[in-house]
Amino acid sequence: MKITKDDIEYIADVAMLYLNEEKKEHYTEELNVVLNQIAKLGELDTKDVEPTVHILPLKNVWREDKIEPSLDSEQVFMNTENGEEGFFRVPKIIED
Amino acid sequence: MEYEAVIGLEVHAELLTDSKIFCSCASKFGGAPNTHCCPGCLAMPGTLPILNKHAVELGIKAALALNCEILPYSRFDRKNYFYPDLPKAYQISQNDFPLAVNGYINIETEQGIKKIGIKRAHLEEDAGKLIHSEHGDYSLVDFNRSGAPLIEIVSEPDLNTPREAWLYLTKLKSILEYTEVSDCKMQEGSLRCDANVSIRAKGSEKLGTKTELKNMNSFRAIERALEYEIERQKRVLEKGEEVIQETRRWDDARGITITMRTKEEAADYRYFPDPDLPPIVIEKDFIEEVRSKIPELSHERKERYIREFGLPEYDAGVLTDSKKLSDFFEECVNKYPDAKKVSNWIMVELLAILNAEGKEIEDISLTPDNLVKMLNMIDKGTISGKIAKTVFREMLDTGKDPSKIVEEKGLVQLSDEDELEKIVDIVLNENQQSVDDYKNGKDRAFGFLVGQVMKATRGKANPKIVNKLLREKIDG
Ligand SMILES: [Zn+2]
Repeated sequence: MKITKDDIEYIADVAMLYLNEEKKEHYTEELNVVLNQIAKLGELDTKDVEPTVHILPLKNVWREDKIEPSLDSEQVFMNTENGEEGFFRVPKIIED
Repeated sequence: MEYEAVIGLEVHAELLTDSKIFCSCASKFGGAPNTHCCPGCLAMPGTLPILNKHAVELGIKAALALNCEILPYSRFDRKNYFYPDLPKAYQISQNDFPLAVNGYINIETEQGIKKIGIKRAHLEEDAGKLIHSEHGDYSLVDFNRSGAPLIEIVSEPDLNTPREAWLYLTKLKSILEYTEVSDCKMQEGSLRCDANVSIRAKGSEKLGTKTELKNMNSFRAIERALEYEIERQKRVLEKGEEVIQETRRWDDARGITITMRTKEEAADYRYFPDPDLPPIVIEKDFIEEVRSKIPELSHERKERYIREFGLPEYDAGVLTDSKKLSDFFEECVNKYPDAKKVSNWIMVELLAILNAEGKEIEDISLTPDNLVKMLNMIDKGTISGKIAKTVFREMLDTGKDPSKIVEEKGLVQLSDEDELEKIVDIVLNENQQSVDDYKNGKDRAFGFLVGQVMKATRGKANPKIVNKLLREKIDG
């Protein structure tokens, strides 16, 4: 598989990243190197290997269904300048 | 050409846990905006999700009640998209390894039982709530729902009519309510449904291009939106044009679906495993433990009501449609064993009022205790069946004890024979014509006389005694 500049532009677009021409060229080249490395794994015979569901050797890390106190209002809005009457102010999204 | 619709439904139901799915904030509906939030709910850097075990239990419970296969391994993935109600810019969901697959539910159509497949059921977190500000060019967000636990239930495209979609949803809601997995309140958003619909020539195997419908706020709206969309697609095809794959929004007031303008051509969620959450491994014992907690479901209750109480099938069906109504009925029957009488009051009086006023049993003040008290008062002759209707209405509105209502309104039944005899004499004197008619064989005249006595006592006379006195006086 070969990554083209179109692919890079598409990925940047859905991830909402702005890339200039120089960066686009750079990532096209770099991602191709990375993917070629990964493609090497495809050469291995994995016929008898169970698929990996998850990379961590842990399972069922969960807690009981108990409520703990939430943040107070002052803490909730501590990191924003966009609080308004208990809400966060955000740009309007027009859907139709 | 004759067409056939192919419909699949995606239902989201909020799970009835106390806390959220990945943090310990309260998950209950309502509350002042942004008061059920922790750094996790707000996606502060460095926060980590920890799974709520009860959410997994409820998910398994629902999946078992929907006849699904529970997958031994399941995993959480990140669904990436940008929207202001999603502070992490990804939703934790399950993509490749859902909690459960391959279930079904049976619906009762006019043509008989139809099995509707369930493709998958998986757990995910809810997003916040966007409110469009009236002043200014911006929106407001409340993150109280952010991280509330959801189960998404995806049907197979086995539904062929809007009516079948309605039947499927009604059955699914009943199962989720009976198992106490969700309270399924559409008006509070704890049950939501999107629909996929396409049409094809009847008998054809090939699927047509589908559209996705959003923004339906009731089961009736879903049925109407599907009816509209199927007709729209027919018109498109008959004009020789093609149906475009797109998402359309239902406009309930205008009764039409409208294309939603979407920025990106196709959604690309770039799912990948969430490294913050280890997989869920479900052992057989755990499944069996959850299975043992599944209560009697609606169709089982219905059969029991027919068998044990001798109720007609229709009545048993109506009583068990909603779990809350069915629970109410059972509580009454526990205290007042004449199930048919209880059923009658619920079927005739209660449901007439609820339907007329668009209410549910939980919206009114009537308690099983008070209904039972009232039935006992009728049996003892304290009030007549007719007066009971007045008392019943008052109990519905105020939740007052029936004996208190009777006392306050002076509704006690008049059973004193001497007093009733005086009234009967007056009525007979004033209605000689009816007395003669009755003697000449006109039975209806007797009923008229009883009515006159009831009228004179404003409905309080004991009808049994009135009947007896009238017969004694006329027949001699
Ligand atoms: Zn939280």
